[in-house]
Amino acid sequence: MSALQKMMGWVDDRFPLTATYKAHLSEYYAPRNFNFWYFFGSLALLVLVLQIVTGIFLTMNYKPDSELAFASVEYIMRDVEWGWLIRYMHSTGASMFFVVVYLHMFRGLMYGSYRKPRELIWIFGVLIYLALMAEAFLGYLLPWGQMSFWGAQVIVNLFAAVPFIGEDLSIWIRGDYVISDATLNRFFAFHVIALPLVLIALVAVHLVALHEVGSNNPDGIEIKKHKDPVTHIPLDGIPFHPYYTVKDIVGVIVFLMVFSAILFFAPEMGGYFLEANNFVPADPLKTPQHIAPLWYFTPFYAILRAVPPMFGSQFPGVVAMGLSIVVMFFLPWLDRSKVKSIRYRGPIYKIMLALFIVSFIGLGYLGLLPSTPVATIFAQVLSVIYFLFFLLMPWYTSIDKTKPEPERVTG
Amino acid sequence: MKRLKNFLFLLAAVPVLAFASEASLHLDKAPVNLADQDSLQRGARMFVNYCLNCHSAGSMRYSRLQDLGLTEDQIKDNLLFAAEKPGEPMKVGMAKTDGKAWFGATPPDLSVISRSRGADWLYTYLRGFYRDDTRATGWNNTVFDKVGMPHVMWSLQGEMAPRYKKEGEHEVIERLELVKPGSVTLAEYDAMVGDLVNYLVWMGEPAQLQRKQLGLIVLAFLAVFFVVAYYLKKEYWKDIH
Repeated sequence: MSALQKMMGWVDDRFPLTATYKAHLSEYYAPRNFNFWYFFGSLALLVLVLQIVTGIFLTMNYKPDSELAFASVEYIMRDVEWGWLIRYMHSTGASMFFVVVYLHMFRGLMYGSYRKPRELIWIFGVLIYLALMAEAFLGYLLPWGQMSFWGAQVIVNLFAAVPFIGEDLSIWIRGDYVISDATLNRFFAFHVIALPLVLIALVAVHLVALHEVGSNNPDGIEIKKHKDPVTHIPLDGIPFHPYYTVKDIVGVIVFLMVFSAILFFAPEMGGYFLEANNFVPADPLKTPQHIAPLWYFTPFYAILRAVPPMFGSQFPGVVAMGLSIVVMFFLPWLDRSKVKSIRYRGPIYKIMLALFIVSFIGLGYLGLLPSTPVATIFAQVLSVIYFLFFLLMPWYTSIDKTKPEPERVTG
Repeated sequence: MKRLKNFLFLLAAVPVLAFASEASLHLDKAPVNLADQDSLQRGARMFVNYCLNCHSAGSMRYSRLQDLGLTEDQIKDNLLFAAEKPGEPMKVGMAKTDGKAWFGATPPDLSVISRSRGADWLYTYLRGFYRDDTRATGWNNTVFDKVGMPHVMWSLQGEMAPRYKKEGEHEVIERLELVKPGSVTLAEYDAMVGDLVNYLVWMGEPAQLQRKQLGLIVLAFLAVFFVVAYYLKKEYWKDIH
C-alpha cells in the first residue's frame, strides 16, 4: 500500500471521503445524452463560487456607511490593486447568475425536469431563485447610488401596500422612515452573510435531492429502468466524473469567454448590468424621473404595474407579483402530461411554452420602460398569458396529443 | 416558427412605445479618443484650470495623472493648485454650503460624471451655454435648462445668443449664434471642450485602458484553453454512443 492509500484509508475510517467522492462524482451515473442545456446547472454553481470569492475581497474595502459607501466603491475601482477587476467580476457575475439560472429553469420546463420523482429538486430550485432575488436586491443597495437608493425605496414601499400592517412592516424592514444608514447596514449584513448561507444550504439540498433520484435527460425517461443485471449500473448512465467533468470544462471556458468579453469590454453592458444613474450618489431629496429595477427583475415589475390599483391601494399588484413566483412551486402538480420531455409532447404544450417565453421576455422589456397607457395594455395581455401557462396547464397537458417515449435514451 | 413569429411581432411593436416616452434631445457626438495622450493631457489642464475651482473629483488622485504620461514633477509644478501632495485626491476649497448658497445647488463631484451623464451629453452641455438675462447668473443652457452653473469658459468661447424657431405652438432654440467673440474661435473652443470631455471619460474609470489590454490576453488564453479542453473531452468521450 502506498503512503497516499494509507492516508486515504486513515481518513475513510473516520470520514466518508471516498464514499462521498464515489456517490457524487465517480459513481454518480448521469444519462449519456445531456445536451447544450445541461451546462447551466454547473455554470450556476461556478457563478455562485465566483460571487462568494469576489464578495469576500470586496468586503475588505467596502464601507457599509451611507456617508462612505459610494466613495468606497470608487476607491475599490481606483486605489485597490485589481479592485476594478474584482468589482466588475462581482457586478457582471450578478447579472450572469440570472442569465444562467433562467436558462437552467427553461431547460427544466422543456424536458419536464420538475416532474415526479423530482418535485423536491424543483421546489428547492424555486427557493434558490427566491433567495437569489433577495440577495441581488439587497446587494444592489450597497453601492449607494441613486438607483440603489430609489430602487430599494420602491421595493420596500411595496410592503407598505399590505393592508393594516403595511406601514409598520415597511418601517420595520428599513429600520427608519426612509432608506437610510440603518437600512444600508442591515442590508449589508443580510447580503454578505445571511443570504449566502441560505443559498449555499439550498444549493446543497438541491444537489442531494438530485443525486438521490438521478438526473433527468432530454428524452425525459428514467435511465434507472434499464440497469445492467450484474453491476446494477444504468445502461444509459455514465459516471459524472470523468465524462461530465471534462465536458463541463468546455462549457465553463465558453461561458468564461462570454463573461470576459462583457467584463473587459462592456462592463456596464449598455446600462443593463451597471446603470448610468447609479454613478450618481444617493440623494434622498432628488427622485429620478424614471426608476426601473435591474433587467432580471423587470418581468415581475411589469406584472406589478400591469395590475391597476384597487380601492386606492397598490396591494393587488403586489399580490399578482407574488403569485407570479409562488405559482412556480405548484408546477410539478399542474402538469398532467403522460410524457416529460418536449420531444414527445404535442403541439399545444409547445405553443404554450413558446407563448410563455414570449410573455416573460416581453414583460421583461416592458418593465424597463416608463409606464405608458399603451405599454400597460401590452403588459396586461402578457401577464394574462404568463398566468394562463400555469393555470390552464392541467387542462391542456391532459388533452394534448403525445408521442410514445422511447425505451432507451436517444442521441 | 410560431415562436419566431410572436417574437418578431413583439419586436416590431415595442420600439413605438420606447420612442413615445423619450423626449428628443439632440446631442453632439463627443470626439473621445483615449489613445490620444496629448488630448488627455490638455484635457487634464483644462479640468484643473476651469472645473476644479468649484467641482471636486474626490476619488481621483493627482498622482494618477502619471498614467497620462506626466511626471510627478510636471504634476507638482503645473497642476497642483489645490493640494499639497500629488497623492492627495482632487478636493475643492469651496465649502458645500457656499456652493449651495451661490449656485442653488452644490456643484457635483466630477469623478464619475462621464459615467452618469455620458460623453456626448457633457460635450453638448459645455458648448450649450447662452446669454439669458432672466437667470441670476446671466447664463442658461440648451441641454440643461435653468442650470445653476454659470458659463465658466465664456472668456474662451465668447457669448452665444439663441435663435428660435417655431415648433407647433412653442418656440424652441434652433441654434446658438456667436454675438461676442472670445479669445479663441468656435472651432478651437470645440476642440478644447473635446479634450476636456476626453479627459472626463478617462477620469471616470482610469483603469479602462488596462482593462481592455488585459481582456485581450484573457480571451487569448481562454481560446487556447478551449482547444485543449475540447480535445480532452473528445478523447474521453470517444467510447460513448
